Amino acid sequence: MDTQLPDIFQEKRLLGEAGDTFWRRALAVGLIALAASVALGFAAGDHGRSFFFAYAVSFAYVLSLSLGALFFVVLQHLTRAGWSVVVRRVAEGVAATLPVLALLFVPILIGLHQLYHWSHAEAVAADHLLHGKSPYLNVPFFVVRWVLYAVTWGLTVRAFVGRSLAQDASGAPELSLEMQKRAAPAMLLFGLTLTFASIDLLMSLDAHWFSTIFGVYFFAGSVVGFFALLAVLMLMLQRAGYLRHAVTVEHYHDIGKLLFAFIVFWAYIGFSQYMLYWYANIPEETGWFLRRQTNGWGWVSLLLLFGHFVLPFVALLSRAPKRNRKVLGAVAAWMLVVHWVDLYWIALPELRPQDPLPHLVDLTTAVGLVGVWLASAAFIMRKRSLVAERDPRLAESLGFENA
Amino acid sequence: MSDAKLTAVEAPPARWGLLAEFESVEKLLAAAEAVRKAGYTKFDAHSPIPVHGLDEAMGIRPTRLPLVVLLGGAAGCAGGLLLQWWTNAVDYPFMISGKPLFGLPAAIPVVFESTVLLAALGAVGGLFVANGWPQLFHPVLRSERFRAATDDTFFISIEAADPRFEDGATRALLESLGSRAVEEVER
Repeated sequence: MDTQLPDIFQEKRLLGEAGDTFWRRALAVGLIALAASVALGFAAGDHGRSFFFAYAVSFAYVLSLSLGALFFVVLQHLTRAGWSVVVRRVAEGVAATLPVLALLFVPILIGLHQLYHWSHAEAVAADHLLHGKSPYLNVPFFVVRWVLYAVTWGLTVRAFVGRSLAQDASGAPELSLEMQKRAAPAMLLFGLTLTFASIDLLMSLDAHWFSTIFGVYFFAGSVVGFFALLAVLMLMLQRAGYLRHAVTVEHYHDIGKLLFAFIVFWAYIGFSQYMLYWYANIPEETGWFLRRQTNGWGWVSLLLLFGHFVLPFVALLSRAPKRNRKVLGAVAAWMLVVHWVDLYWIALPELRPQDPLPHLVDLTTAVGLVGVWLASAAFIMRKRSLVAERDPRLAESLGFENA
Repeated sequence: MSDAKLTAVEAPPARWGLLAEFESVEKLLAAAEAVRKAGYTKFDAHSPIPVHGLDEAMGIRPTRLPLVVLLGGAAGCAGGLLLQWWTNAVDYPFMISGKPLFGLPAAIPVVFESTVLLAALGAVGGLFVANGWPQLFHPVLRSERFRAATDDTFFISIEAADPRFEDGATRALLESLGSRAVEEVER
């Protein structure tokens, strides 16, 4: 048996100049695309509604990926996972963008009246249902809740990413134990904040609708998106020469397994939501699905059923494709696209029930937010090691093999 | 008492094969590879812990169990659909709250469960069959030494039924591979 582990300190693990070039370019592309989106929004002449909906979709997209990363990081400490140490730092870098996303949330506040029917006092006064929901769905409480989410996520990032980085310098194993202790309460807070954030940001776009499973649906999609992102990022970093020996096919196999599992979980939750509404057939619940089955939106629903579940399910079912970098990379890249389609499908029927095709502003806003977000991740990581190089479980991760 | 019975009792016990003891994982892996390269096919390795690379060293081909699981799952999926279609829409049609007699969304939970059930039964059943079920006893269990196979010792057993098996040569091979002790196992 070859028990010789790769030496982590021999690996290329600092982004260096390539990172500086990347974040500058990504930021420039992102800002130009966002400026173009604002211009397109004005040109549309609908009081910015199409811009703010496009912004909400793509903000939900980058938020979901960062929250997926935060979930992954906390989960590794909660389960005392050893296999994942070599890929955890990249996830920490993605999660560490959450404070930046707090800034990127500001346009949602500006577009509150364009996005949310419940934010109009005269609409609430005239609508019994909205009036009944107004103790929760009102502007001041909405803002208070988002401050709470931002504080919770910021503290979680500090507790886990901060300690992990501190361990690079000190190598103190106690830091791992401290993170393990904080993992369970952090996970509880994560579940609560993610659930209510998804209700506020996306579900309340149709304030007349009821769904008790919506938070879990958003969570499942977020984690699918994150594992797809992790696979793509690791493949791209390795191609650029980073962590060549530390990350092996065994780690990709595990990422593939988790991606596969959450694809199935997403379908399970999505169907659980759909079936009960189909069965009970109560108008106030089925209206939401009716809009997504008519006027061409049914094709988008089918694209999700096959593109977000059936196709990747078949593609990743057996062992070999999860261990093949090309196949896993292709499926992961595809999942990053359909995850955006999923969020688009949640939000846009509320704006354009007659028109399922994305407008140019939807695409430019996506490029803009993803650009700014990736730039911030690269900026945060530019002087930091891409691997938790003095984690006490690093050797376990380097030598990891699937049975 | 018949003569035939007497001869049967006095016949020498049939030999099953040889059991060789090794003290470390490294020696076990090297020995398994050498035994395979010497052309033996009816041999096995015994270890108290899972050993990475042992399958490759022994030349065990990838398991076909996933195929059994896939077929089980496909059968469960088709069976679940057929069962519900037949009972609800054909054999005993019964209109419930205006729903179609056979509505796919309503059928999915049962299809899901029957798919999982038959896939799991395929996995468990296939695992047992592939491991030689119903075998209630294995000749190596006669060996006193073999008790350490659940503790800290590694073994390779070669069956006498192997076409390459030769009394002296096989024992010499195992000894040359660093076995602590080679003993004969009765059937």
